[in-house]
Amino acid sequence: MTKKVLIVDDEENIVTALEFLLQRSGYETRVARNGDEALSEVASFAPDLVLLDVMMPRRSGYEVCQRVRAHPEWQRIKIVMLSAKGRDVEVSKGVSLGADLYVTKPFSNAELVAKIDALLGGGRAGGQ
Amino acid sequence: MTPRRKLAFLALALYVTTLAVPAAIAATLYAGLAAQEREVLRQVAAERLPMLLLVAASALFACVGAARWLIGAYVLPLRRLTEQVRVLLGANEQLELASAGAREVAELSAAVNRLAADRRRLRQDAEALAREARERLEEERNRLAALMSELAQGVLVCNAEGRILLYNEQARALLTAGGREALIGLGRSVFGVIDREQVAHALERLRRALERGEQPAPARFVTATPAGRLLKAQAAPVASDGVVAGIVMTLDDVTGILDREAQRLGLLQALAAGVRSPVANLRAAAENLAAYPDMEAARRSRFVDIVAAESRTLSQSLNDALREYADALKASLTLEDMRAADLLGVARRRLESSVGVTVDAGAIDESLWLRVDSFAMIQAFGFLCGKLREEYGVRGVRFSAAARERFVQLDLAWSGAIVASDALALWETQPMHAGGQQTALSLREVLGRHGAEAWLERTGPGGERSGVLRFLLPAGEPVAPPARPARPAESRPEYYDFDLFRYAEQASELGERRLSALSYTVFDTETTGLEPSAGDEIISIGAVRIVNGRLLKGEVFERLVNPRRPLNRESARVHGIEAETLAAEPGIEAVLPAFHRFCEDAVLVAHNAAFDMRFLELKEAATGVRFTQPVLDTLLLSAALHPSQEDQRLEAIAERLGVRLIGRHTALGDALLEAEIFLRLLPLLEERGIVTLGQALEASRQTYYSRLRY
Repeated sequence: MTKKVLIVDDEENIVTALEFLLQRSGYETRVARNGDEALSEVASFAPDLVLLDVMMPRRSGYEVCQRVRAHPEWQRIKIVMLSAKGRDVEVSKGVSLGADLYVTKPFSNAELVAKIDALLGGGRAGGQ
Repeated sequence: MTPRRKLAFLALALYVTTLAVPAAIAATLYAGLAAQEREVLRQVAAERLPMLLLVAASALFACVGAARWLIGAYVLPLRRLTEQVRVLLGANEQLELASAGAREVAELSAAVNRLAADRRRLRQDAEALAREARERLEEERNRLAALMSELAQGVLVCNAEGRILLYNEQARALLTAGGREALIGLGRSVFGVIDREQVAHALERLRRALERGEQPAPARFVTATPAGRLLKAQAAPVASDGVVAGIVMTLDDVTGILDREAQRLGLLQALAAGVRSPVANLRAAAENLAAYPDMEAARRSRFVDIVAAESRTLSQSLNDALREYADALKASLTLEDMRAADLLGVARRRLESSVGVTVDAGAIDESLWLRVDSFAMIQAFGFLCGKLREEYGVRGVRFSAAARERFVQLDLAWSGAIVASDALALWETQPMHAGGQQTALSLREVLGRHGAEAWLERTGPGGERSGVLRFLLPAGEPVAPPARPARPAESRPEYYDFDLFRYAEQASELGERRLSALSYTVFDTETTGLEPSAGDEIISIGAVRIVNGRLLKGEVFERLVNPRRPLNRESARVHGIEAETLAAEPGIEAVLPAFHRFCEDAVLVAHNAAFDMRFLELKEAATGVRFTQPVLDTLLLSAALHPSQEDQRLEAIAERLGVRLIGRHTALGDALLEAEIFLRLLPLLEERGIVTLGQALEASRQTYYSRLRY
C-alpha cells in the first residue's frame, strides 16, 4: 500500500516542490496550509508521516506536533519538522515535543527523501 | 594655714621645746634637794631673775628666727614649686622653674626642670611620629587618587546602604554625561545615578555567595544612564566579618560595543530567518529540475518561475536585513554563568516579596549551571508569576530543573489552573512588568537573546487542573570561586577604611542624629534687593556640601538666575553682576528644581537663613519646589554661643573664629565662608552640650526669641 505523507507549510513554492518530489518518490501526498488544517487532515487523511513546517499562521508546527502526540490513536504517525529556525534550542524543543526528526531549511531533496524512506521502513510501494 | 599662722605655730612649738628641757632638768634637781637647799636655791633664783628672763627672752627670739628661716627656705619655695608644676602640667610646658630657697629645694626644682624637658622631648617625638604617619597616609591617598584618575574605567564605592564613599572623575563623567544636574557626590545615594533594583540585586547575589562561605565573584549588570548611555557595571563586595559592608563598582561605557554586538546578532538572526526559507525553496525547485529532466513542460516552467521568484525574495530579504540592522540600536543582555540553584534562590525571594506567590524551589541540583542574565530572567519569572496570579489565581509555584543535552530544562509548575497556549503566546509579546517595575523587553525578546525557548508542557492525560511552563535555558560552565587572597580579609588596604563605612543609617529621627554625622548643604543667594515681598528676586545661588565633617569643595552648585526685572543700583554695587550678564541666564523656574535636587538628603545651612528661605518660599507656587528639610542659621548659632557679642555679621564672626575672608559677595564665595564658619562652630557647640540637630534647632529658637526681645 502506498504510504501517505501530509505536507504542512504555508509557503506555496516549497509545497509545490515537496509535493512533486514526494509523488515522484512514490508517496501519496496531501497539503495543509496552516496548523488547524493540518490537524483536520491528520484526522481525515490518516497520514503515515507529517512533514511539518514550524512557522505558520494559526498554531505553530510545535503546537501541531504536541497535539498529535497527545492523541492516543496518532502515536504511530511519524513527524518530520521542517524549519527555517535552525538553532540548537529549537531543534531540541521540536524533539522534546515529540518530533521524530527535525530538518533545517535549506535541505537536500535526495537526503530528505532518504530520511523519510528510512522513517517509513523503506516500505514504499510503486514509484521509481 | 596661712604662712603667718604657720610661722607663729612653728615658733611657739620651738620655744616650748627649748624651754621645756631646762625646766624639766631644773624640776628634777629641785625635787631631789633638801628643804634648806631648796630655800637657798629659791633665793639664788630670785636674785638672778632678770638674767633668767633675759635668757628666756633671747631663746624666744632665737626660736622665732629659726621658724622664719625654715619657712622661708623650705615651706614657701615648695609651695611656689607646686604651683609652678601645676602650670607646667596644665598650660605652659615651656615654663622654666625658678630655683629658690634651701639647696635641697633648689635641687628639686632643677630635677623637675629636667623631667619637664624630657617630657617636652617625648611629646615632640610623638608628634613628629604622628605627623609622619599622617603624611604617609595623605601620600597614599593622593597616590590612590592619582591612580584612580588614570583608570579608563569609572570607579565607585558605596556602603551597604548605597551611600557613595568614593568615586573618580570617570565615574562622574559616565553617570552624569548629558544628564540632569550632577548628583553624584560623597555621602549621596548611589540610587540617584544607578537603578536601585539592579544595585539591590547585585548586593543580594554577593550576600548569598558570602552566606555560602564562598569568595563571591563580581556581579555584572548593564544599566542605562539618564542620558541613555549603556554602562556595564561590575560589582565586587567589600566584606567585613562575613557581611557585605559595601560594594566597589567599576563602570564601562559599552553603548557602542553593545550596539555593535546587537547589530551583528540582529543581522545574523535576520539573515538566518530571512534566507533559509527562500534558499530552501530555490534548492528544492532546482534539485527537482535537475533530478527529473523528463517532467512535463508546464511543471518545468512552474519550477523555473519559482527559481526566479525566490531569487528576487532572497535579494530583497538580504537588502532588508542589512538596511534594518545597519544602525539599529538595541540593548543587549549580559550573560554570565551561575548556578541554577542560585538563580532560583534569588528568584524565590523576589517572587515571594514582590509578586506575592509562594515558591517551592525544592532541592535544585547544585551541579546545574546556567548562562543567563539573571536580572532579566528573574524579571521574566516575576512577570509570568504575576500573570498566573492575576489571571488564574495561582498562589504557589514549584521550580525544578534538570540537565538536558546542552540546555537546562527548568520547569515552573503550579496547580489549580489550566493555562491556554494562546495566553502564553500573548504574554510572550507583551512588555514585561512585575512588582511595580517595567522593562521595555518582552518575554520573547529575553528568551531570544538567551537563545532559550519556553512552552506549556502538556500534563498527564487525567487533565487535572495544573500546568507546567518548561524553559530550555542555555547551560553554563561551572565557575570556580576565585581563590581567596593570601592576606586575611580584615587587613584591608588603608584607603578602604573610610569613615562613612561606619556611618550606619540610624533609625532615630533626624532631630536625634548627631550634628557631626549629618550631611549639610550650605548656601547663599544674591538678590536684586532686600525685600522679597516687594518683588525682589534671586539673581544667583551658590552652595557647597559638608559630609561627615568635611567641606567638599569639589561638590558645589553655582548658578546665575535671570530675575526678569531691573537690578537695584545699590545691591548691584555689592554683588557686581551686570544686567546684561543675567539676561542670557535661565529663570528661577529652571534653576530652583536643580538646586532642590542638589540639596536632597541634607540639612540646609545659611547665614541669616530667614532671609534666603523667604525668597525660596515665595517661589514655591511658581516652581512647585518645596524645601522641607531642617534649616540651621550660622547667625543664630553664633549668637547662641557668644550672646554678649553685639556684632553677628558674617565678617565679624569670621574674624572671631579665625576664618579668612576671601571671595565675598558672590553667592558661592559666601556659601564657602559660611561653611567654614559652620565647621568651626560645631566643636564649640559640642562643648556647650549642643550635640544633636534637635538641640541645635532648640538653641537657635531660644536665641531667636531672646534677640527679638531686644
